[in-house]
Amino acid sequence: MIELLGVHKAFGANAVLRGVDLQVARGTSVVIIGGSGTGKSVLLKCILGLVRPDAGAILVAGEDATMAGREAFLARFGMLFQGGALFDSLPVWQNVAFRLLRGAKKRPRAEAREIAVEKLRRVGLGSEVAELYPAELSGGMQKRVGLARAIAAEPEIIFFDEPTTGLDPIMAGVIDELIREIVVEMGATAMTITHDMRTVRSVADQVAMLHEGVIRWTGSVAEMDATPDPYVHQFIHGLGQGPIAAVR
Amino acid sequence: MSVSAPLARLGRAVLGALATTGRVAIFALDTVSHMLRPPFYGREFLLAVLQIGWLSLPVVGLTALFTGAALALQIYAGGARFNAESVVPSIVAIGMTRELGPVLGGLMVAARVASSIAAEIGTMKVTEQIDALVTLSTNPMKYLAAPRVLAATLTVPVLVAVGDSIGIMGGWLVGVNRLGFNSATYLRNTAEFLEGWDVGSGLAKGAVFGFLVALMGCYHGMHSGRGAMGVGAATKSAVVGASVLILASNYLLTEVFFSA
Ligand SMILES: Nc1ncnc2c1ncn2[C@@H]1O[C@H](COP(=O)(O)OP(=O)(O)OP(=O)(O)O)[C@@H](O)[C@H]1O
Ligand SMILES: [Mg+2]
Repeated sequence: MIELLGVHKAFGANAVLRGVDLQVARGTSVVIIGGSGTGKSVLLKCILGLVRPDAGAILVAGEDATMAGREAFLARFGMLFQGGALFDSLPVWQNVAFRLLRGAKKRPRAEAREIAVEKLRRVGLGSEVAELYPAELSGGMQKRVGLARAIAAEPEIIFFDEPTTGLDPIMAGVIDELIREIVVEMGATAMTITHDMRTVRSVADQVAMLHEGVIRWTGSVAEMDATPDPYVHQFIHGLGQGPIAAVR
Repeated sequence: MSVSAPLARLGRAVLGALATTGRVAIFALDTVSHMLRPPFYGREFLLAVLQIGWLSLPVVGLTALFTGAALALQIYAGGARFNAESVVPSIVAIGMTRELGPVLGGLMVAARVASSIAAEIGTMKVTEQIDALVTLSTNPMKYLAAPRVLAATLTVPVLVAVGDSIGIMGGWLVGVNRLGFNSATYLRNTAEFLEGWDVGSGLAKGAVFGFLVALMGCYHGMHSGRGAMGVGAATKSAVVGASVLILASNYLLTEVFFSA
């Protein structure tokens, strides 16, 4: 479904991605792990075309992502940004229903609002937040509104950039379950970035570790636990000692 | 090297300025092309009309009132030197409609609107809201830039018309209350000497200034650097750019409109 071949991206002298190869099969859930600042968010933005890679190819369902008609191409995607990226000029429900209020997937306002409230419920937010503005919500609530917006139009491919950061453990569990449901029920393809090992275990069909600009290791959760790779071992157990320097 | 270093620096500066001019021109063409092609975002347009037009009325009105009043005093004082005090009504009217109404109105709008557009769009850029728009299949140029530029182009002439009227009224107030003009004579003089093109040229200038102000706000907002510093710098560049462009284009337009 999604194929990355030798993707490179540098910001000035900072070579962030140095030849990323990754295959994601249709209907599977891939979790990307890796140290802070290794380029996980940049990787997702490259696939979405928000950041133009310096070299390499990105294919989505066999089509070159950089060539395809932009709007139709992006209509298949949902994205939760790391910072939420909610539109602060619009109330919460209009954020969630953004795609349903304009463009190709436009519906009557009342119906769009109903769908928005339903999606908010799925991320554990009551209908009372629908009329609030993003600035009136807590950080974790904003994150969940972002999540609701990402899934609102039922996209085929969904990217979650740190969906559970800033949430309490119970809510994090609810979100993990939701992501799992979306993949299993809707047959969506998901890529999730997380630092939360519990999310990795409950969401991933496949785990990929990004380190020093390449996918250093990839495999299932069971393989991740068994792998002798010292980098993966150090990372998933959060050890100070190991090949990854703790002080950078 | 030492001899040519200043030249090299000058060359770099000129090339940089040319490159920026090119980028702004492309941005402007892109914005205009989005105004002409659907989908149109009517709600965004109406909000922009409210923001740019309606909410600028007090600032533009006050500016015009005091300018018209001061103008009447100055022209009276100047006219007294060759016994031509009677020109006050017509010169105030011509000065306001041709020059001061559009230019000062435009500058006030630049301060108010270019800054707020640049800060708003710049913040959206920095907080990834622009990226989010793109992933939601919405073109930021169409959704953010086109409605604002169109709204400014259409509403600033209206603001200028209101400013012209208030400015003339300011002159009349001073003329009647301080300079001893007869109210009816003052108004008759104003109406008699004022020509349609005096007003029309000012309104045309207003449209150009409105376009430039919103364009600068959108351009610098969209190209904002990262973080609060980036947004601050974008806001400053938008106001400075808009003001300079207003004054420069005012000269050019005046040449085009009035040089025989
Ligand atoms: N627009 C940009 N301009 C310049 N540098 C950038 C830009 N975006 C990202 N970077 C740099 O790319 C590197 C990777 O950033 P990225 O946000 O992908 O990290 P990450 O792996 O998502 O980290 P985290 O887990 O902390 O979110 C960082 O060094 C960052 O400074
Ligand atoms: Mg990140």
